[in-house]
Amino acid sequence: MAEILEKRPLTPITRLYRVDAPLVAKSAQPGQFVIVRVRDGGERIPLTIADYDRDAGTLTIVVQEVGTTTRYLGQLDVGDDILDLVGPLGMPLEIPVKGHIVGIGGGFGAAALLCLMRELRQRGDTTTIINGAREKDLLILNDELAGVCDNLELCTDDGSAGFHGLVTERLAQLIDGDGPGRPDMVIAIGPMLMIRAVTETTRGKDIPTLVSLDPLMIDGTGMCGGCRVTVDNEVKFACVDGPFFDAHQVDFEEAVRRNKMYVRQEGESKNRTACRKLVVGQD
Amino acid sequence: MPVKRVQKTPMPERDAVLRSHDFKEVNEGYGIAHAQFEAERCLRCQDPICIDGCPVRVPIPEFIHQVAKGDMRAAAEILRRSNPLPAVCGRVCPQEVQCEEQCSIGIRFKPVAIGYLERFVADWEMEQPAVEIRANLHQDQKVAIVGSGPAGLVCAGELARLGYPVTIFEALHAPGGVLRYGIPEFRLPKNVLDWEIEQLKKLGVEIQCNVIIGKTITMDELMGEMGFSAVFIGTGAGLPSFLGIPGENLNGVYSANEFLTRVNLMHANDFPNADTPVMVGRRVAVIGAGNTAMDTVRTALRVGAEHGMIVYRRSDQEMTARVEEHHHAIEEGVEFHWLTNPVEVLGDEDGWVTGLRCVRMELGAPDDSGRARPVPIEGSEFVIPVDNVVLSIGNKPNPLLLQTTKGLASNKWGCLVVHDGTSETSRDHVFAGGDAVTGAATVILAAGAGKTAATEIHEDLRANS
Repeated sequence: MAEILEKRPLTPITRLYRVDAPLVAKSAQPGQFVIVRVRDGGERIPLTIADYDRDAGTLTIVVQEVGTTTRYLGQLDVGDDILDLVGPLGMPLEIPVKGHIVGIGGGFGAAALLCLMRELRQRGDTTTIINGAREKDLLILNDELAGVCDNLELCTDDGSAGFHGLVTERLAQLIDGDGPGRPDMVIAIGPMLMIRAVTETTRGKDIPTLVSLDPLMIDGTGMCGGCRVTVDNEVKFACVDGPFFDAHQVDFEEAVRRNKMYVRQEGESKNRTACRKLVVGQD
Repeated sequence: MPVKRVQKTPMPERDAVLRSHDFKEVNEGYGIAHAQFEAERCLRCQDPICIDGCPVRVPIPEFIHQVAKGDMRAAAEILRRSNPLPAVCGRVCPQEVQCEEQCSIGIRFKPVAIGYLERFVADWEMEQPAVEIRANLHQDQKVAIVGSGPAGLVCAGELARLGYPVTIFEALHAPGGVLRYGIPEFRLPKNVLDWEIEQLKKLGVEIQCNVIIGKTITMDELMGEMGFSAVFIGTGAGLPSFLGIPGENLNGVYSANEFLTRVNLMHANDFPNADTPVMVGRRVAVIGAGNTAMDTVRTALRVGAEHGMIVYRRSDQEMTARVEEHHHAIEEGVEFHWLTNPVEVLGDEDGWVTGLRCVRMELGAPDDSGRARPVPIEGSEFVIPVDNVVLSIGNKPNPLLLQTTKGLASNKWGCLVVHDGTSETSRDHVFAGGDAVTGAATVILAAGAGKTAATEIHEDLRANS
């Protein structure tokens, strides 16, 4: 059980939660995730660790309410417990390259750059965050992100804030030397479409690129194999080998296809949440 | 006096057609009359070698004698003293290759139904008003157990009985390990498992779920600031193997672990009341012929498959499933493709499974395992149309603990290395047993390893106190 200490709306469907999880906070490292379950009979879903405070024993996660479990989670308030929370899972992110590191966050994915970019900046890298969304109101955590990196670049599809265009278009400009300049490494977290586009933007440009994959998972410990992805023609389990992989080696087509496996069931399940109120800890 | 009867008293079973559509237990269990009738067959040998066939050394003739006399309470106490999980073992042990294989009357007749009797006594106990068990944790040194599968549960139970405060750390949200996520309800009802775990808690065993040793807490923290004097690792073999054939990542291909976990742990059979779905089409092929494969194919029928198929490259003579499970699968209408080796999973343009390309095999000379080696018959390729493929070809030990723990030796298969004939790992006061050491084996061998390790931990701690 993990008590919710803070709950803050970031967009109409995105919320930030700070939860009491001292053991996980103590061992968490950038790039890792937790698995949560919010009710008896509930699913286990992976959520990226956005940030942690070892001293306070707290963990920050940012959740977009897109499915059954995230919607149930949205019904919980400060003082409620998340029924099950386990982690930290996955391999901590290892960044061998030193220099100018550009983290790209799309939608709620930007949250995961918090602890990562802070860490990289502390070890002496020059850090840039490109935070992108459809429109100004959907850009999240601008103040917090500005505090953990050297340059924060905002992008909106409609031009309502920052650069008018996609994150990949801004990235291309950086690669050409604009603004904070050419990245020595790129790390992308966000929707599959975005990380795939980032991957194509850096391909062949000699810029090592890591992407965070979010396949379907159950246990998160390597036990089920449901999260298998093909990287460099080898089958990997995203939960124990990832979730970050060398973007240029990822078989995205397969990853996209596998994530759609339960679209029909997800819809059926989600429709029920609209009329079902979560009673904490019960069916 | 023992009564000579050639046959075992049969186990009452639910009708195959009815049961193959629900998850209620297949074997209904002996009543008192069956049990006493069967118990009378035991010869009470002076030198009961049946006990040698039991990895946890249950004093078999003693408890059976009490059953014959009608003193079920005494039988239950004898059983529980030697085996903390009798209701589980009575259901899932392969008795035919263990205690019952040794049974003296088995030489001429059918052996005594030791497993059925064990289950009967445990079930009898479960139905009685709870007896108060008082925990007596008088030892100063506490022990951590990693994993709440059969090895961990038995080790914990033994140590608690010896007076040690024991904490089990479990990665999943519910305890039991493979007994929870792997073995289906129709073979091991989860209320039986819950009851057994409740008994251990009464003994003082503490269970912390949602903690992954090696991730949430490291081994060093466990033995350092957290103050555990010894650790038992019973993390099992929970990393599924795949064949490495083309098409294995198509939509609709599962590992048996994933398929069974979705149903057993996450209750996908109750979707959408439960939130986790499982994808089952009309035709499901399960590759492999062990107990897990039988569990998987029978589960597939219960969640809606019209055709459940076993595809195995050897013949029924070489399969590793228990005879009883094979028999139950046949009764429930499972189709068997023996001597059939899958070479490719076929899919449609959207990436969904449509078929399994196979090649027919014939048996050649014995291989390393002593079983006849299957050899492909040239030009015999054919396609079985299927909607799902589930791989049940074994598991390797889980690497999580090894990734972050210094000084733990493992072999090339990822199994923990223990000193000859003991449970001691390469790290002081760290012991291991079950599938994490042997690679995938059986519940009872894991339970036996847990029990042996408990004794060794007791000796180790006494020497160091």
